Amino acid sequence: MTVTIARKRPAARHHRPVWEEKPTPVGQAGKAVLLGLLVLSVLFPLWVILVTSLSSRETIAAAGGLVVIPQGIDTSAYETIFAGGAVTRALWISTLVTVIGTAIALTVTVLAAYGLSRPRSVGYRWLLAYFLLPFLIYPPLVPKYLVVTGLGLKDTIWALILPPAISVFNLVVVRGFFQGIPQELLDSARIDGANDFRTLARIVLPLSRAVIAVVGLFYAVAYWNVWFDAVLFIDRNDMYPIQRVLQSYLLAGQAPNTSGGSSGVTMPPTEAIKMAVVIVTVTPIVAVYPFIQRHFVKGVLIGAIKG
Amino acid sequence: MSTSHAPVEAGTDQARPGGATPPPGSPARRSGRRRVPLKARLRRDWQLLAMVAPGFLILLVFSYVPILGNVIAFQDYNPYLGSNPLEAFVQSNWIGFGQFQLLFEDPAFWSAFRNTLAITAFQLVFFFPLPILLAIALHNLLSSRLRGFIQTVVYLPHFFSWVLVVTFFVAMFGGAGLLAQTMREAGMQPWNIMTNPDTFIILVTAEAVWKDVGWGTIVFLAALSTIDQNLYEAAAADGAGRWRRLWHITLPGLRPVIILLLILRLGDALSVGFEQFLLQREAVGRQAAEVLDTFVYYFSIATGNYGYGAAAGLFKAAIGLCLILAANKVAHLLGERGIYSR
Repeated sequence: MTVTIARKRPAARHHRPVWEEKPTPVGQAGKAVLLGLLVLSVLFPLWVILVTSLSSRETIAAAGGLVVIPQGIDTSAYETIFAGGAVTRALWISTLVTVIGTAIALTVTVLAAYGLSRPRSVGYRWLLAYFLLPFLIYPPLVPKYLVVTGLGLKDTIWALILPPAISVFNLVVVRGFFQGIPQELLDSARIDGANDFRTLARIVLPLSRAVIAVVGLFYAVAYWNVWFDAVLFIDRNDMYPIQRVLQSYLLAGQAPNTSGGSSGVTMPPTEAIKMAVVIVTVTPIVAVYPFIQRHFVKGVLIGAIKG
Repeated sequence: MSTSHAPVEAGTDQARPGGATPPPGSPARRSGRRRVPLKARLRRDWQLLAMVAPGFLILLVFSYVPILGNVIAFQDYNPYLGSNPLEAFVQSNWIGFGQFQLLFEDPAFWSAFRNTLAITAFQLVFFFPLPILLAIALHNLLSSRLRGFIQTVVYLPHFFSWVLVVTFFVAMFGGAGLLAQTMREAGMQPWNIMTNPDTFIILVTAEAVWKDVGWGTIVFLAALSTIDQNLYEAAAADGAGRWRRLWHITLPGLRPVIILLLILRLGDALSVGFEQFLLQREAVGRQAAEVLDTFVYYFSIATGNYGYGAAAGLFKAAIGLCLILAANKVAHLLGERGIYSR
């Protein structure tokens, strides 16, 4: 496996090489339109949903549903969904699943990646094959369902946390990075009497912050986004994660039931509440992602070379 | 204890060439492996084994046991026998290929099978090339600032859940969405986009493109940055225009990656975005939106007919495995590396 820790990017090409012909105006325009539309296709819906979630009843009624041009800010939809009730609870559950799940998954993955990073260790070939095979053969749905329910994990957050706690793809990414660490460093630690756990903690991990951040993001996003596992394993609606609640409000057409003790107060418009739920579901991803995005090319490249 | 040397010594001696990856199967490696008895190696490496253990267990319980559990496809599995799935498994009757017989006679199954293949083929044509084109367009942008901004934005939807993606589409194109709203205001009859079975294949492809076209460029951008710039300069000096350079330098440079991804896609030909389909199955109807994965779910867990669903799942997995092996074989014949040539 080739491991390229491509820290050095080729210098940004601000200038066109002399041998390259000038771009045709038509070509330039076409490219600009294409890329512009693509960027807009992501940003425009986000904008509309955000604006609608912050709109008052009158604005929404005047616009006939979704609001494109903001007319003042009304946060009552957010106040309602954060006042206790289904969405607040689901946000707690999802936060819990994401935090605990990511911690467990990262630990398991880092340990396994280090344990599998030395080609001359005991049982290396067998273990590597054991860990890589699930990349080709997915666990089948029905037996997996029976295993998880048979273990009594149904209606607990562990049903959402444990089955995906190691992803072969992430394992390969981390392992590839570990194998790229200069052997001399590990040797010197060993000569100083450090065992493998200490070497991992003191030498390897501090060098691997970038790859851990990327893989951590992958896990966190996967846990935050968990939906189907919740359909399978969570029957109690007070245990629903946020995606499940989002689906029942926005796609299955259930009315948002945010009975957070708001007695007699006029409810904010349904449309705003729905869009506010979308926004709170998107926010953690949009908030964390830019910090980690710059490491992607590096981290994913290693995994991609293995395929 | 048959070890004559101290474990630490054995450790330093043996582990040194570890990460340096000597060519596999080299004589030094072979003989080195034989020399140390198993006990000494266990003693040397027990910490590595301990590190691997948690992952080993999780895969065992949640991947390997379910894979073995596929055998319920040959049972008339009754979940109500015994007090837990294991007892039910032990007490259920073995019926051989009975479930498969039923399955192959089930028109709903073949309909799901056809839908899956049609969608895979459609996406191979209308989705697969797009990240390549986008990567080339991005790579040729002169301003790295602008490129960075576009990348940041177009990668983002990859991290959205399918629930969110479908929600976004409903908000834009659904019956109460922005497009319908605008059309109604203009006095037009709004198009039926989200619930139309006839155009569903286009809709799901559009959703998949929106979610993953940006993310798909990463691999191609990485490959593009490894192409030697001197090739372009030499070609330009020899009078090759923009398109000829694209055809004779860029595309051949991307060839290994393209083939690798094609293999992976073909190996996964029977899986087409499970959650995406499950979420829209109700709105669009089974005729168009039932694919193999949703079939497995609906005809097993959703209805309690576990053996039947397991049979469908096993059939799908078996074909999938054959497909990926075949695709890899073809890649080797074409002189490419394929997936498992480490």
